[in-house]
Formats: sequence, structure tokens, C-alpha cells
Amino acid sequence: MDILSLLNDLLFDYTLRTVALGSAVLGIVSGALGSYAVLRKQSLLGDAMSHAALPGIAIAFLLTGSKISLVLILGAAIAGWIATLIIMSIVRTTRIKYDTALGMILSVFFGFGLVLLTIIQKRPDATQAGLDKFLFGQAAALLERDVITMALLGSVAIATMLVFWKQFKLLSFDPDFGATLGFPMRFLDVVLTTLIVIAIVTGLQTVGVVLMSAMIVAPASAARQWTDRLGPMIFLSAAFGALAGVSGALLSSSISRLPTGPTIVLCVSAIVVLSIFLAPARGLVWSWFRDRRNRGRLRLEGMLEDLYSLALQHKDPGHAHPVSVLRLMSADKGGVDNSLRKLEEQGLVRRVKSEDWALTKEGIEHARQIIKLGVGEGQ
Amino acid sequence: MKYAIEVEDLTVAYKEKPVLWDVDLNVPEGVLMSIVGPNGAGKTTLIKAMLGLVNTAAGRVSIYGKPYSKQRSLVGYVPQRGSVDWDFPTSVGDVVMMGRYGALGWLKRPGKREVELSLRALEKVGMAKYADRQISQLSGGQQQRVFLARALVQDAKIYLMDEPFQGVDATTERAIVTLLQELRAAGKTVVVVHHDLQTVPEYFDWTALLNVRLIASGPVDTVFTEENLRLTYGGRVSFIKHNGHNTDSDQEKRAEAGGI
Repeated sequence: MDILSLLNDLLFDYTLRTVALGSAVLGIVSGALGSYAVLRKQSLLGDAMSHAALPGIAIAFLLTGSKISLVLILGAAIAGWIATLIIMSIVRTTRIKYDTALGMILSVFFGFGLVLLTIIQKRPDATQAGLDKFLFGQAAALLERDVITMALLGSVAIATMLVFWKQFKLLSFDPDFGATLGFPMRFLDVVLTTLIVIAIVTGLQTVGVVLMSAMIVAPASAARQWTDRLGPMIFLSAAFGALAGVSGALLSSSISRLPTGPTIVLCVSAIVVLSIFLAPARGLVWSWFRDRRNRGRLRLEGMLEDLYSLALQHKDPGHAHPVSVLRLMSADKGGVDNSLRKLEEQGLVRRVKSEDWALTKEGIEHARQIIKLGVGEGQ
Repeated sequence: MKYAIEVEDLTVAYKEKPVLWDVDLNVPEGVLMSIVGPNGAGKTTLIKAMLGLVNTAAGRVSIYGKPYSKQRSLVGYVPQRGSVDWDFPTSVGDVVMMGRYGALGWLKRPGKREVELSLRALEKVGMAKYADRQISQLSGGQQQRVFLARALVQDAKIYLMDEPFQGVDATTERAIVTLLQELRAAGKTVVVVHHDLQTVPEYFDWTALLNVRLIASGPVDTVFTEENLRLTYGGRVSFIKHNGHNTDSDQEKRAEAGGI
């Protein structure tokens, strides 16, 4: 499929348009609110919440017999929220640590959810249920009214986030200080947690409970690589989430029987990997280049210093010295010939005889500068 | 005498272990006071209790005669530098601006005035040119100054500071001391959790000695005695002479270590 016909389909093909819109909404909401989860070091909370949502979906279906997404989402949200409250109160009232409480609640709720799913599947109306699509998600099954539900929930969540911008920043950076200013930090914590629950449940139908936490964590950690400010980070995270959501959902609905959740997660993982390597300042590639350049420069400066200190012993800064002496002075560092050639290119040293080297006038000047500044200052 | 802070019968316990036991402490207006005591003596907890940050088992704290919740705008707080994540995506100016959030209330956003105030506070701590710097690029001393600026921008009458001298370089320590003295000269009341006994007589005019119970409080001249220090640190500082700054620093360190 070429780009033009894809664009054409996006605009006019009902299924494709619904899928793309739905996944964009899910990416934006989970990307934006996931930033807070990542910054507050609660990345795994999203995992517990989304797994814990499964029994909620099953119970909502058992109670109402309805497959309308709003009903199922509500069940998911209530279950996710209850799980979070249980985790928080376990940590507060017992000696059990946060990660242990998370692991316990996650598996208990998820296991219970799987049992309920099996029970539902054995019922006579099982064929219509199709609740197992909540495990790995199925974008192609999205209906327009699902997307409208997602968009409404998502807008409420994002709007609340914008209204409480100051308070959430305090909550994430320095909650004690926020409390001394008079803001009710525990209440704000509950509000923010609820927003994250909303972000998760809006994505369950598309991504599934198993992998939804990736949409909370991955876009935010990718965005953090590119910026050092909260606003741009949240914006970028939302954009990355939308990009991954749309591309994953489109891929999975154009190739039949490709589960949406894993496809979206692969897309967002690609964004994370690229960001970790390529982002300026924090990216690994650039910092590798920077380190190399610094090391190279330091080696050249060291060579100039060596030549200068040798020359000083002869009361003539331009005195020539055999390369073997230089090799001895920079023992184990290697690359003497290479460094000399580079210095020659810069006009700082000159070859006197085949194996003898001396500083040029510029080289002497440069060496004096380096010694005056000290090696450490030159960085 | 007019009291800025009055603490009555304050008891705080984590689980069953008491951290503060029946503390009565009055802080007169306009003093520059240190709270000293061994590790685990409850110094930080005392400050947090004054700010209503910990649940108290018993007792009362009043700020100028009223509970803290009614007097928030009068109090500025400098928490321990290590209590936050300095890799948080924000700038120096932005952190300082957080000091204005209380005055701004729930919905108002920081505007030009807040930017102006933050810059002025940063100037006072010698950090004006760092306003746009990402906070992870700061040294320990600079981080401490940013926290001080955030408290200054609150424009309070009482400042509560938790270990502002912890792990800062000599230059920053001098700068902070000067700032504290300026605050006192401006009639503010400053309470500082402090761990370096040696500098108490030089930096402060008022002090409280704390080890779960309040051992003593009052002017440094009369309260900072060998007897009281022994009571506070459990008899291991008998070699500390009165008139603190003559103390041999080596002995001082042993005294500190003994208290731990």
C-alpha cells in the first residue's frame, strides 16, 4: 500500500479512520499522563493497574451482559482503582515493600480475571462475548462509539491535568514542600492516580491488559531523552504515544490476525530505542562521540606538553626529539604516530628528521596555554 | 517576650518508637536559632511537626499564636537537599517559582511578577545567571542555594531550614551564613537544623539541644554548655570546652561520631 492510498483510506475508510483516531487518542492520553507515573518512579503501578482491570471487565460483563465499551471500561476502571488502593494501603500499614505489594496484587487480580474469562467462555453465549480481545487488544474491533467514549474520557483527564498543572508539578517534584504551601497532597495523589487509571482503561480495548503498561512508561521515557522541561516532555510523550498507537494499529489492521497490542508495543519500543541512542545531550551515540573527541583532544594536548617539557630541558623550546622518547613518555597510551600526524596537520609540530619531531612556534604558544590553564580546565 | 513559634507537649512516634517526647519549645521572634542533637534525635521531625507534615501523637504547635494551617503565608521552608530528585525535568527559575505557588492559590498561573520575584531571590543567593539552567547540572552547594531562593521568594516572617549546610562547599557555607544574618537583621525568625557543633556559637545566637526530649533551649551563651552537650550526646563529649570555637576539631569529630 503506498502512502497516498493509505492517506485516502485514512480519510474515507470507516474502519481505518476509526482505528487511527482511537489509537491516537489512546496514545495521547497515556503518553501525557504516563509522564507523571515515570517521573514519580511509579512506572510499575501502570502494569498492576492494567492487569488488575481484567476481572473488572469480566465482572461488568457478567453483571450486565453488555458489551458496550463504556460499561466494560467502567468495570475495568473500578477494578484498577481498587487494586491501586489496596497496594497503597498495604505499603502504608504493613512492612511489605512497594514492589512486593505490586507483584502480589497484580498476579492475584490477573489470575482471578483469567478464571472469570474461562467461566464466561464456557457459557452458552460465549461466542458473542469476545472478551479475550482485552488480553492483547484488537484495534480492528473498535467502533465509532468506542472512540467517542475514549475521546470524552481522555479529554476530561487531559483537562484535569492542565487545570492542576502547578499542583501536579509540586506533587511530582517535592510533595512535602507542596503540603507546607497548603495543597492537599494526598487528595492530589488520588486525583492523579485516578487520571492514570483513566488513561489505562481507555487503551485496554486497543492494546490489551497485558501490554498496556508499555504505553504508560515507554513514550514518557523516550520523551525524557529529548527535553529537560516538564511541559515539552509531556507534549512530546503524548506525540510519541499517538505516533506509536496509530502506526501499530494501522499495521495490525492491514495485516490480518496480527494482534494490536504487541504491534503497538513494538512501535513504541522502536521510538524508545531511537531516543536512547540518538537524542542530543542524553543520547548514547552523541555522548560516545563527545567522549571520544575529548579523549582525542586530551591526548594531543598531552603530546604537546610532553614535547614542551622535553624542549625546556634544552633551553630551546623548538628543540627536536626522537619519536621513541615520546613513545616512552606516553607509555600504554599508544597512537603516538597518529597523534603526531594530527598535530602536524594543525601546524603545531614539524618533522625535523625522519624520526625527530619539534614544536613549531604556534605549538610552543599552544603548549604554554595548556599548561597555564591546566589540563582539567580545557574540557 | 513575643514568640514566633510555640511548641507545647509535642510527642511524635513512628510505629511504637517515640521520635519526639513531650517537647516544649518557645522560639522568640527575631532569633537565629539552631537545633542540634545526635542522629535520630528528631531534629527533622521537629521541623516537620511545626509545618504539620507529620502526624503528632500529642501536643500543639502555634505560629504567632495560631495553628500553622492558618499561618502558612508566614512560614518559608527549606527541606533537605536530598529529599528531591534533581534529575526532574525543570529549570532553576521554575523551582524557585514554586515558592510562589501558595500565594497564587489553586488556579492562578505564574506570570511576569513571579518571574521577577524569582530572579530577585536568585540574585540574593548569587545564582541569577543560572535561572535557565536544568537543575541536574547544579553542584550540591548550588542546589542548596536554589532551595534557599525558593524559600526567600515566599517572603515569609519565619524560615525553617533542614540541614542547609549539609555537604556544601566553604564558599556556599559563607554565603548562606551571610544570608541568614541578613534575614535576622531584617527581623525574621530563622530556625536551622544543624549538625556541626563547632560553628554553633559563631553562626547562631539561640539554640535548642534535642535528643528525643528537649534538653535545653535559649541563648547560645547560656545554653550551649558542656553539661548540656553531655546530656544531649550521652556523656561522650566531656572534652568539649565551653566557648565552642576554641574546641579542637579532632575531638569535635569524635564527639559527633560518638553521638551517632
